Amino acid sequence: MTITPTTEPTIAVDQGLELYRSMFRIRRFETTAGELFAGGKLPGFIHLSLGQEAVATGVCSALDDHDTVSTTHRGHGHCLAKGGDLQQMMAELYGKEGGVTRGRAGSMHASDSSVGILGANGIVGGGIPMAVGSALAAQLDGKSRVSVAFFGDGAVGEGVFTESVNLATLWKLPMIFVCENNGYAELTPTAVHLANTRIIELARPYGIAVEAVDGNDVLAVLAAATRAVERGRRGEGPTLLEMDTTRWHGHFEGDPQRYRSKEELRAMTDRDPVATWRTGLIELGVDAESLDAIEAEVAAEVQAAVEVVELMAPSRADELLRDVYPEGNRA
Amino acid sequence: MTALKYWQAVNTAMREEMERDPKVILFGEDVAAPGGSFGASKGLLDAFGPERVRDTPISEATIVGTALGAAMTGYRPIVEIMFFDFVAVAMDQIVNQAAKVSYMSAGGYAAPMVIRTICAAGRRTGPQHSQNLEALFAHIPGLKVVWGSTPADVRGLLKAAIRDDGPVLAIESLVEWSSRGEVDEAEDIVPIGSAAVRTQGDDITVLSWGGAAPKTVRALEELGDVSVELIDLRTISPWDRDTVLASVEKTGRLLIVHDAVVDFGVGAEIAATVGRELFGRLRSPIERLGALRAPAPFAPHLEDAYLPQPSDIAAAVRDLVRPSDNT
Repeated sequence: MTITPTTEPTIAVDQGLELYRSMFRIRRFETTAGELFAGGKLPGFIHLSLGQEAVATGVCSALDDHDTVSTTHRGHGHCLAKGGDLQQMMAELYGKEGGVTRGRAGSMHASDSSVGILGANGIVGGGIPMAVGSALAAQLDGKSRVSVAFFGDGAVGEGVFTESVNLATLWKLPMIFVCENNGYAELTPTAVHLANTRIIELARPYGIAVEAVDGNDVLAVLAAATRAVERGRRGEGPTLLEMDTTRWHGHFEGDPQRYRSKEELRAMTDRDPVATWRTGLIELGVDAESLDAIEAEVAAEVQAAVEVVELMAPSRADELLRDVYPEGNRA
Repeated sequence: MTALKYWQAVNTAMREEMERDPKVILFGEDVAAPGGSFGASKGLLDAFGPERVRDTPISEATIVGTALGAAMTGYRPIVEIMFFDFVAVAMDQIVNQAAKVSYMSAGGYAAPMVIRTICAAGRRTGPQHSQNLEALFAHIPGLKVVWGSTPADVRGLLKAAIRDDGPVLAIESLVEWSSRGEVDEAEDIVPIGSAAVRTQGDDITVLSWGGAAPKTVRALEELGDVSVELIDLRTISPWDRDTVLASVEKTGRLLIVHDAVVDFGVGAEIAATVGRELFGRLRSPIERLGALRAPAPFAPHLEDAYLPQPSDIAAAVRDLVRPSDNT
């Protein structure tokens, strides 16, 4: 079944400003992380979600604290939007003791049980079955909790995607599959790796409710996510949302993106989700100064976090062996 | 004490744990209405209902991943993967996901889940239905691996695995499926990480687990004149170093017998540890006996030649305990 919205989404100004703050925080966090990485401050790999902010913000704004998300190696935005602590996230990228997972997980694997972030995931598609399990637990609990799996179009090639769509639909689980279709599986365009580039068409035969959404329009994302969450909470089963979005940077920071044309790279920011919503708010009557003030507050928050994190102690090497097994069940 | 068949021991362990803890759930291929391919979950659907006992699609990776997500959010799932070989289909979800959740989350999440699987070595089931793959999983930090060879142990280890807060791979032996053994219902937990000393002896320690363990017992019948200390490891990871080291310190000799291929097997890990800890006290080289370096063949005479047999075990013991050395 395809969900067709019958009304234009509307929003109160206060909530609209919160959406803007959330998206701008992701934008600023990612931009700063990119600069820190280029400056040699962050070890390892990082994968930025610049250009995809509206998906993280729109979906997570439809969730409650007890709802869970599983995310991807490109997951900073999802974690921030779900309520992950910005300073702890930044500390994690640095490998500091004050990181959300004490520097064990890093950018690609961080989680936060205090706000229902089951985890970023270093394996493409690896977090999807985990979200099915969280949805099963929600169904067994009989509470109206829902479970979200974020993944990209690349993950659609993994067997666990298809298996999970089948199982969640079969068991009518309260789950939302959120596919961020940014046109690339790492370095490979969608048309080169999928037999059908419309993800909803690949999923539809399983009988799952599907909806294609402009993933760079935060209001459209929020409205679609709200419909999917309500279906889940009512016990009507899972929904797959295909978010058409844009990855501004390469697969990883440092990727020269030779596989994208100059025209494509130039046009990429035309659908800037942050700028689009700024315009949308001004059309709703919000004055530019209020938005500038939000941007200044967020910039100061990110800057302050970096300054604190720079001074933090590194992760404790003497506790490197902790938590391999749950405490109380040490091997 | 009650006499139970091996499969009944598995069945009663699950039934009693599901009665004790409503958070214990069971799902897998053919486990609910059919009661398991080999009957291990017979009656559990009727007893606990379709919410807690579910048949799944043939999707091993997603079965394990779903168990993981449910474990992270409050449940204690048991999933059955029909044959040990099929666990390989779920490798990512076991190795990269379940085994690492506690560590990657710095203890924020735990994954109290059990993956039950059945090893059919010795049942003429061929290359993709009778492998002994325990070394692959014992190698992964964050996983525990148990394998009871008797009704009492398979039952007690499964109960301990269900109560453990981390992921446990619980292997069962199809070749023992109908064997009977005494089960003490009052003493029904076998702690993970504890080996069992089956017979006391002075000349040699013979260490085994899983499908090889009953064969070492039969080998003893041919070795009336040798004083053998027979140990069933029961937990492969974490293995009971103290019990094994104490025994070999006494006997001075160690024969490790497993049905897995010898090369790069669990026996190598144990031999390295014993060799280092007891260097200078050994009266003979540590010997390993296991399957040949080949996929498991189907034809009965080939499989018999492939796996260690009681007569092979007895011969290996005699080679190690030669009268000239036995001073």
